[in-house]
Amino acid sequence: MIALLSAFLESAIRTATPLGLAALGELVVERAGIINISLEGIILCGAFGALVGASHGGVVAGFAGAIGAGVATAALFAWFVVRLRTDQIIAGTALTILAMGLTGTLYRALYGAAGAALSIATARPIAIPGLSRIPIFGAGLFNQPVVSYVFYTSIPVLWWWMHRTLAGLGLRAVGESPVAARAAGVRLSRVRTLSLLFGGAMGGLAGGTLVLAQAGTFAEGMSAGRGFIAIAIVVLGRWHPVGVAVAALVFGAASAVQYLLQAAGLGLPYQLFLAVPYVLTLAALAGVAGRTRAPAALARPDEA
Amino acid sequence: MIVATTGAAIVLALGLFLAVLKYNPARAAYALFSGAFGSWYAFASGTLVRGTPLILTGLAVALAFRAGVFNIGAEGQFLMGATAAAAVALYGPALNRPLVILLCFLAGSLLGALWAAIAAILRTRFNVLEVISTIMLNFAATYLVSYLVRGPMQEPTHVYPQTATIPAAAELPRLAAVRLHVGFFFALAAAGVAWWVMRSTAAGFRLRVTGANPDAARSAGGIDVHRVVFSAFAISGALAGLAGAIEVQGVTFALYENISPGYGYTAIAVALLARLDAALVVPAGIMFGALEAGAAAMQRDAGVPSVVVSVVEAVLILALLGARSVRQRFREAV
Repeated sequence: MIALLSAFLESAIRTATPLGLAALGELVVERAGIINISLEGIILCGAFGALVGASHGGVVAGFAGAIGAGVATAALFAWFVVRLRTDQIIAGTALTILAMGLTGTLYRALYGAAGAALSIATARPIAIPGLSRIPIFGAGLFNQPVVSYVFYTSIPVLWWWMHRTLAGLGLRAVGESPVAARAAGVRLSRVRTLSLLFGGAMGGLAGGTLVLAQAGTFAEGMSAGRGFIAIAIVVLGRWHPVGVAVAALVFGAASAVQYLLQAAGLGLPYQLFLAVPYVLTLAALAGVAGRTRAPAALARPDEA
Repeated sequence: MIVATTGAAIVLALGLFLAVLKYNPARAAYALFSGAFGSWYAFASGTLVRGTPLILTGLAVALAFRAGVFNIGAEGQFLMGATAAAAVALYGPALNRPLVILLCFLAGSLLGALWAAIAAILRTRFNVLEVISTIMLNFAATYLVSYLVRGPMQEPTHVYPQTATIPAAAELPRLAAVRLHVGFFFALAAAGVAWWVMRSTAAGFRLRVTGANPDAARSAGGIDVHRVVFSAFAISGALAGLAGAIEVQGVTFALYENISPGYGYTAIAVALLARLDAALVVPAGIMFGALEAGAAAMQRDAGVPSVVVSVVEAVLILALLGARSVRQRFREAV
């Protein structure tokens, strides 16, 4: 029973990590008043960056490649929505389509037929001395790849930065009332660009997690809607770091239950299980979205 | 002038991109062009056949966007339309051909509209952003089709993940000697009707006003915004569903998993290129149909992966967005 619980926790955290990383990045972006639909494309580019990096220089280069690719994609998005002030949803959708096309083309061009068999160095789980020995949940929570620890630590750090520093106050002001923030001397474009780049780094890292800590390889379209689910997680977490982390963990737990049921072999069609995260997102949004309040200036580029 | 320069820049950049990846750009361009326009057969059987679902889904996206509804779910609505049409064709009553075809069209449109209505309810009653909900519904539709063609709707021998071939009575008539079917003309008619409705009717006016400024539409125009939004979703879903039905009845004659190579996503590029104008969706849809048909030839003859079309689509959308923004600033400066 304890072994099962431990495996369940381990699986829940593993699924929650990329979702949580991407969602925490998107949280900062949305608190600056921007909705980044291209997060899906950022994760995909991050995954491809991880493949390129890792096949040349191991795991560390893989993560560097993932973050670099995520930041580059986010920079392109920032150029369109912050500088050119284009529609955020259309630009974000276009960038996601671009990411699908670019990663697909580059993958086939660079790795060709060997693609399917290609596998690379992966990030092994690291057991934290002491903590991983805690009975019941220690092994599940503290014997994880390094990215899960990045996820854990970024929750309090982000909370402290957003709610206890002047820069964090500036960020929230930009998302609530850009006009007032500007009058108070906050540089709008700078705050928005920097938050987008941060979101890109986190999204890229999420993509890197898929390749380096989970699949051990790249597949076309492997982001599989996680960017959109992460955006939903920000809503479910009510635009607060702790809430977002909890929502990501709930998603991880739901997926873990799904794996367990699938392994139990109840004779249910497997497509039913594959559809669970998407249907769950819809149901959860219907339950929460109407009762929470988004940053007032979200997705309204004109009000500045 | 700007359009020509942007177009030339896109073509040059793409050629350079292919050259860097060690493909032969000249050969790729030749294969692309001859695959799309090389002969009447290529044009009618490739370009126009692929253009048909793009015109219909492009109309779906254009109408929705005009009403301020970001329906990214044409892909899922297309799949549901294809499913409904296949189901009616396979298990429905054996009537005469025009009636069966009409019944399949109705079923496809209806299920497409219902699938879109889920997102409409989520937006109007629960305040859920439709960009997220329609994408989630796309994934749900994909897995539903995957389940159906391996489960209850699988062909009788249970070997292939697809349905049985639909009866001849449900097949759309084709033009002599080419693969072009009458669905293309239905798509043209739909574009004509949509253009007229948007331009000359009160309903079209309400739709446009709601999209332009929902607050003003509600307070000054006395428009029931929720109702307009709901109708926009339903009509959009019906058009995408009809596209799915026509694809099954005119091209594939069976339902299977990857029946759409992403028509619902390409539709966004089609609608934006057409500046959300129903009449311009026709040439835009045919242009992207040519691109898709040419890309298939390019993969076959020059070895260039056909996903490169997505790059072209995305660059085109971004270039249009950028050009519009620059033009606006220029006007503000003057």
